[in-house]
Amino acid sequence: MNKDKELTTTPSTSPATTRDAAADTRFVVPRVDVLEDETGITLLADLPGVPREHLELKVEGDTLLVEGVVATPMPQELKSVYAEVRVPRYRRSFTLSRELDAGRIEANLKDGVLNLRIPKQEHARPRRIDVRAG
Amino acid sequence: MYESLFSFPGAFEGDFQRLRHELDDLFGAVGMPTGIRAVAPGTFPAINVGNLPQSLEVYAFAPGIDAAKIEVTVDRGVLTLAGERPSTLPGDNTKVNVYSRERPSGRFRRAISLPDDADPAKVQATYRDGVLHISVARRDAPVPTRIAIQ
Repeated sequence: MNKDKELTTTPSTSPATTRDAAADTRFVVPRVDVLEDETGITLLADLPGVPREHLELKVEGDTLLVEGVVATPMPQELKSVYAEVRVPRYRRSFTLSRELDAGRIEANLKDGVLNLRIPKQEHARPRRIDVRAG
Repeated sequence: MYESLFSFPGAFEGDFQRLRHELDDLFGAVGMPTGIRAVAPGTFPAINVGNLPQSLEVYAFAPGIDAAKIEVTVDRGVLTLAGERPSTLPGDNTKVNVYSRERPSGRFRRAISLPDDADPAKVQATYRDGVLHISVARRDAPVPTRIAIQ
């Protein structure tokens, strides 16, 4: 009987906090350009408003995760009139293929543009094979 | 429900995200008049406008731009920001495969009509981390004068 009563009472997390928790994980998918040349892949991502200390780059296994939080200082009493950017978080993940060397990723963030350079493993670079005349 | 179904990256992402955003925008306010200078959703750069007691604040999310080349002008109550973002994609003759080309480039222009009490002489603009922040101060409210009756 007691157990039934507990089940029907409101859960310990009030609706307001669960909504906040849900809002915290909402994100905008940033636009990226992906280019591949012989030596590796270049990834350019638009992350306006994200400074270096709020940018997270993680490689787990073969997944690359790019996450950034918009930290443009806005006064507390600012009342929004018109907002096209409503979620201050960017997030996007990519699956890297085996020939990419995730351990040697170079990243550069300037003016809100993230420039990632993912080189290919040495053995995966295109090699020219000489054909000897028999 | 729709957020979890359509928020995965991959081939469908662009189409479903765009559809979802368009539906949100359309069904948010059907039939209401839109601003005469309103643009299509997803226009570069995205803009947020907010009110402070002493000023109007505009944030334009425009990464990768040379701050010296952005033009911010105020003319007859309209704040205009214009500029150009150079394309970072390679030319046709290089051996580069382009897998994804989502970032916009080229000339852009956004216009915002200012309220009547905005003072065009007091506009400040800063560019940081890809966000152009424009602050337009309001004119000081006129002090009501008391007229003595004779």
